Amino acid sequence: MSVYTTILRQIINGLQSGSIYALVALGYSMVYGIITLLNFAHGDIIMIGAYIAWLSMAKLSMHPAFAILSAILGCTLLGMLIEKAAYKPLRGSPRISLLITAIGVSFLLENLSQMVFGAKAQVIPSFSNIPSIFLGTIELSGTAVITLIAAAVSMLLLTFLVQKTKMGKAMRAVSEDTDAAQLMGININRTISFTFAIGSALAGIGAVLYCSAYPQATPTMGSMLGLKAFVAAVLGGIGSIPGAMIGGFAIGLAESLVSAIGLSVWRDGVVFAILIIVLLVKPTGILGRPMREKV
Amino acid sequence: MLEVQNINVFYGNIQAIRDISFSVEDGEIVTLIGANGAGKSTILKSISGLLRSKTGDITFDGKSIKGTAPHKIVAQGLAHVPEGRRVFLQMTVEENLDMGAFTAPRATFEDSIANVYERFPRLKERRRQIAGTLSGGEQQMLAMGRGLMSQPKLMMLDEPSMGLAPILVEQIFDIIQELNRAGTTILLVEQNAQMALSIANRGYVLETGQIVFHAPSSELLTNDAVQKAYLGG
Repeated sequence: MSVYTTILRQIINGLQSGSIYALVALGYSMVYGIITLLNFAHGDIIMIGAYIAWLSMAKLSMHPAFAILSAILGCTLLGMLIEKAAYKPLRGSPRISLLITAIGVSFLLENLSQMVFGAKAQVIPSFSNIPSIFLGTIELSGTAVITLIAAAVSMLLLTFLVQKTKMGKAMRAVSEDTDAAQLMGININRTISFTFAIGSALAGIGAVLYCSAYPQATPTMGSMLGLKAFVAAVLGGIGSIPGAMIGGFAIGLAESLVSAIGLSVWRDGVVFAILIIVLLVKPTGILGRPMREKV
Repeated sequence: MLEVQNINVFYGNIQAIRDISFSVEDGEIVTLIGANGAGKSTILKSISGLLRSKTGDITFDGKSIKGTAPHKIVAQGLAHVPEGRRVFLQMTVEENLDMGAFTAPRATFEDSIANVYERFPRLKERRRQIAGTLSGGEQQMLAMGRGLMSQPKLMMLDEPSMGLAPILVEQIFDIIQELNRAGTTILLVEQNAQMALSIANRGYVLETGQIVFHAPSSELLTNDAVQKAYLGG
């Protein structure tokens, strides 16, 4: 195999994991945009999504399509529940209290899963067998194709939702200026809840796509994925939706290109090196705007 | 139309306004004047629900609105155009107006926006432009236009003249008078006391969170103490 095909293959791998990072990063960024909270429990929502998929198929022998739907729906509801139970009571508290609560929720979810499902990995049955397709000499796995398509469709729908619908415009208004948005008659609580629902649904889709590439569920699987998606959100400019998409793909590509040049032990290292560089050089990220102090 | 009775508002432990009572009648222009920090904006924020008063009551159109969420107060016909304009800088002019109509029925949208564009032709020219690229005067027009989109009975304007060139201030005040003639009651907060009193029916003078004078504008304009303190006389 030529160097050329190796690199091309790694690019495809990078886009595949990158689209998952992008979906997860969107949730981080949207939530940050609306309540300036780094929701560190976001990665663990993916883990719960993976367990729901496992339960539905391995234990309840549901059809994969229903398993996928339950995973996405479960993540959506969990995200809304976390917001209502953990973050909403802290509205108006210092941001550090929210951040600590988010980390607490993350530990809670991880340890709860370990209690309920055990520490060992549960194998998720495959969702479907999509044959590989060939582009010349390059083999594209079915999962890679599906992942790219599903991520692209999700992002298009999200863009439409945010740009064109009433709720999407309300989200943008609240994230730009919460008080002014209230004076327009926008219901803040509903908008925040809706944002968590959308972000968590995207995490649910990410969970399904992640599990079709790495079909197992462990209690801590969400933490590394969540951290990398967080780096993606920061790289793209936290709070920015197109930024999260760009950041996700960039992180995925960086990882696989590092592998392509034979440094696969540095896969994780390079992601955090990127975080450090972004924070030193351009803390607002690629599309981020400087923070405006709200008076 | 609006009746504020004995409200007290605190920021943490600091009391921003003390025992404020005043009223605005249907069809009036009423102004609250006073120095920076006198509590003018705090009063408007308490009326629109962004801040809560610990005591007293606020009634609008005969119904108590104290403790009601801000988004519900807008829907009852009370618009608040906040200090510093606070337009959504990353949205287009038209999207900003769309946000202003958030609580209004969809059927009236076309009429409202046509009405706003007629009053502010500048906004129509720039309707696809991002609000952050507008000049200060245009942003003030957008903030007012956005407030009008909810078809308010009472419009509260917080420092509409702030940071604007004198010619623009004149223009903005002309528009406020036109709006009032067209049937909108106005509660105006201003540091530019001269201008505010020249269009208002009545004025309340605030000092460190308390109302110290209340009189028809013509009287306040000639009152010695007011002249010295606020009108540069």
